Amino acid sequence: MTRLLLLGPARTAAGVRHDEMPGGTVAEVLAAAVARYGAPFEEVLSVSQVWLNREPVERGVEVGPHDELVVLPPVSGG
Amino acid sequence: MVGDSPLEPEALTRWATRPECGAVVTFCGTARNSSTSEHEIQALEYDTSVELAEDRVRQVISLARSRWPMLGAIAVHHRVGLVRLREPAVVIVVSSPHRAAAYEASQFCIDTVKRCVPMWKREIWEGGSAWSEEAQDLLSVDDVGAGK
Repeated sequence: MTRLLLLGPARTAAGVRHDEMPGGTVAEVLAAAVARYGAPFEEVLSVSQVWLNREPVERGVEVGPHDELVVLPPVSGG
Repeated sequence: MVGDSPLEPEALTRWATRPECGAVVTFCGTARNSSTSEHEIQALEYDTSVELAEDRVRQVISLARSRWPMLGAIAVHHRVGLVRLREPAVVIVVSSPHRAAAYEASQFCIDTVKRCVPMWKREIWEGGSAWSEEAQDLLSVDDVGAGK
């Protein structure tokens, strides 16, 4: 299981801020998240960046139980 | 640098005031009652991961110092959680021997914070709320440094 951190609109779409997901790659974890949270989350995810721990990551990268995937929609700080 | 306590621009300004600096520029980004939505905004609520946001704030300050090596102090504080109207959501204080660098670096810092720091603003009005429609794709500080 990989930890998932959902921020801003991603949190609202999923209904949770933290979760754990099965999957051996970034793409598999995100697919599991879409299956769990549904279309609103998939829509947010389509315009979001995904970071592995503290860095942007490609979808094919392998993940493990000590990793955290972060979903970061377009930002609106300041 | 990022937290839910009220920001203190006066205290930061005092901290940034140095004998070698003849200019101190303090920028406060405050919660206002209007937005691109049709609602009268009553408050804002900011969401982030403090660790990720502080990483990026440090990178912004580092890039500002590389561009304006003469700067004295730089402080970038961003509030999270509920921010009521007229309260500052972000405070940037820059001191420098001369005013031009302080103004330029202050503007650079707020512009770069808005593009590079993972932060989300939720607008709250009577009977509802929604994430701000003024969202932008998140850039890396390296992207900004490269002029993207």
